[in-house]
Amino acid sequence: MSEKLLEDKKKVLPGDVVAEGDYLAGRGTYKEKGKIKSRVVGIARTGKSRIEVIPLRGGYIPQEGDKIIGRISGIGPSHWWVELNSPYDGYLSISEGSNEFIDLDSTDLSDVHNIGDLIYTEVIKVTKGKDVKLSMQDRICKKLAGGRIARISPSRVPRLIGKGGSMVEMIKNGTDSRITIGQNGIVWISGGDEDLAYKAVETVDKNGHEKGLTEKVKKILEKRG
Amino acid sequence: MKTMKYDKELLKDGKRIDGRGIDDLRDMEAKAGILKRADGSGYFRMGKTEAIAAVFGPRELHPQHKQKPQRGILQCRYNLTPFSVDDRKRPGPSRRGKEIGKVSEGALSSSIFLEEFPTATIDLYMEVISADAGTRCVALNAGSIALADAGVPMKGLISACAAGKIDDTPVLDLKGEEDMGGQVDLPIAMNADTGEITLLQMDGMTDIDEMDEMLELAMKGCEKVAEKQKEALMETF
Repeated sequence: MSEKLLEDKKKVLPGDVVAEGDYLAGRGTYKEKGKIKSRVVGIARTGKSRIEVIPLRGGYIPQEGDKIIGRISGIGPSHWWVELNSPYDGYLSISEGSNEFIDLDSTDLSDVHNIGDLIYTEVIKVTKGKDVKLSMQDRICKKLAGGRIARISPSRVPRLIGKGGSMVEMIKNGTDSRITIGQNGIVWISGGDEDLAYKAVETVDKNGHEKGLTEKVKKILEKRG
Repeated sequence: MKTMKYDKELLKDGKRIDGRGIDDLRDMEAKAGILKRADGSGYFRMGKTEAIAAVFGPRELHPQHKQKPQRGILQCRYNLTPFSVDDRKRPGPSRRGKEIGKVSEGALSSSIFLEEFPTATIDLYMEVISADAGTRCVALNAGSIALADAGVPMKGLISACAAGKIDDTPVLDLKGEEDMGGQVDLPIAMNADTGEITLLQMDGMTDIDEMDEMLELAMKGCEKVAEKQKEALMETF
């Protein structure tokens, strides 16, 4: 007697029953007495076997595999501490921090990454106690020099990227800026019309849950003189 | 204990001094997302009692010795603003304020999945901006909206409301004069979806049958409060 009680893409609040019976309680839901309920304010996604709620609000909690933008906040004898826009700091060890060999006898770690530097990095491990290990080994990871950052709600990141990257591509083409998006809600903008790109990103953050977002962003990008 | 006598009749022909019946709530208003700089915020009004609430976090908890390695904690602050009452209240923490903050932590944290945020804290600040009885309930209602607005994972919304006894009759949602001249005040908070009570306090004297009656009234009141809270959250998103 499994039954979906709500349509796909319906708005739900914490405690709302989304489905009953033999479904998997996915992200953003919990199971209680055979009922699958939402745990956040969000949009319900009812798949064939799995029920999910995509959150509309909320801070960032690191997850393995996330590509994020962090700021170096401390340097240890053989590691860096990285601030991640979350309650937990990231740990970047010397072997994960650079592709090149670092001789600790002749190099100061601050010459590689100094306090205050922005890095685009990958979360490779999160323990139960929320110790976060980072890595720069992936080719896509890099140091972000210059430019500026915008902060958006982490729940809006998928919207900013768009289907197959369509939204961010549109902003890039419209402003000639280089844009890097961290899944923790930090967006790095460099080159081109930075102000306009910043404005476009801000618009996505403010109106992310509304329809006709693409049109709105398009209109902003047209203003470029 | 309530001993003060009010010189007017509080209940006349089943009508109260403001014209309500015995099981009517005051008129309510709820809003979400009213503060820009908070991670989540809420506003709730019942009659002349108003409160705003702001949520920050989950964020790093300091001092470090307060951190719990297995789960996060919820820290609540309840405060009556100096202008919320007739005679100016001396600003700053009071015994009563600290106590209500503490019971609010208990009332709300049972509904939050705190185990998802080991070592972290969620901070909830509830400010009563106008007080006319039932401030802790209104503050909790605003607080619950703020938590949902901040995207904090919860089992469900917490709704609060008081029942009481005036002129030997159980009634719902006391207002100022009724609280002063009444015999019993019984505020409760509950998850209106499941019926789990997370806060129950009482001031005054009563017997067990009357208490059951008052509880029943208060629980029905909470359900109506929950509807209002949900409406406000639905409007915001």
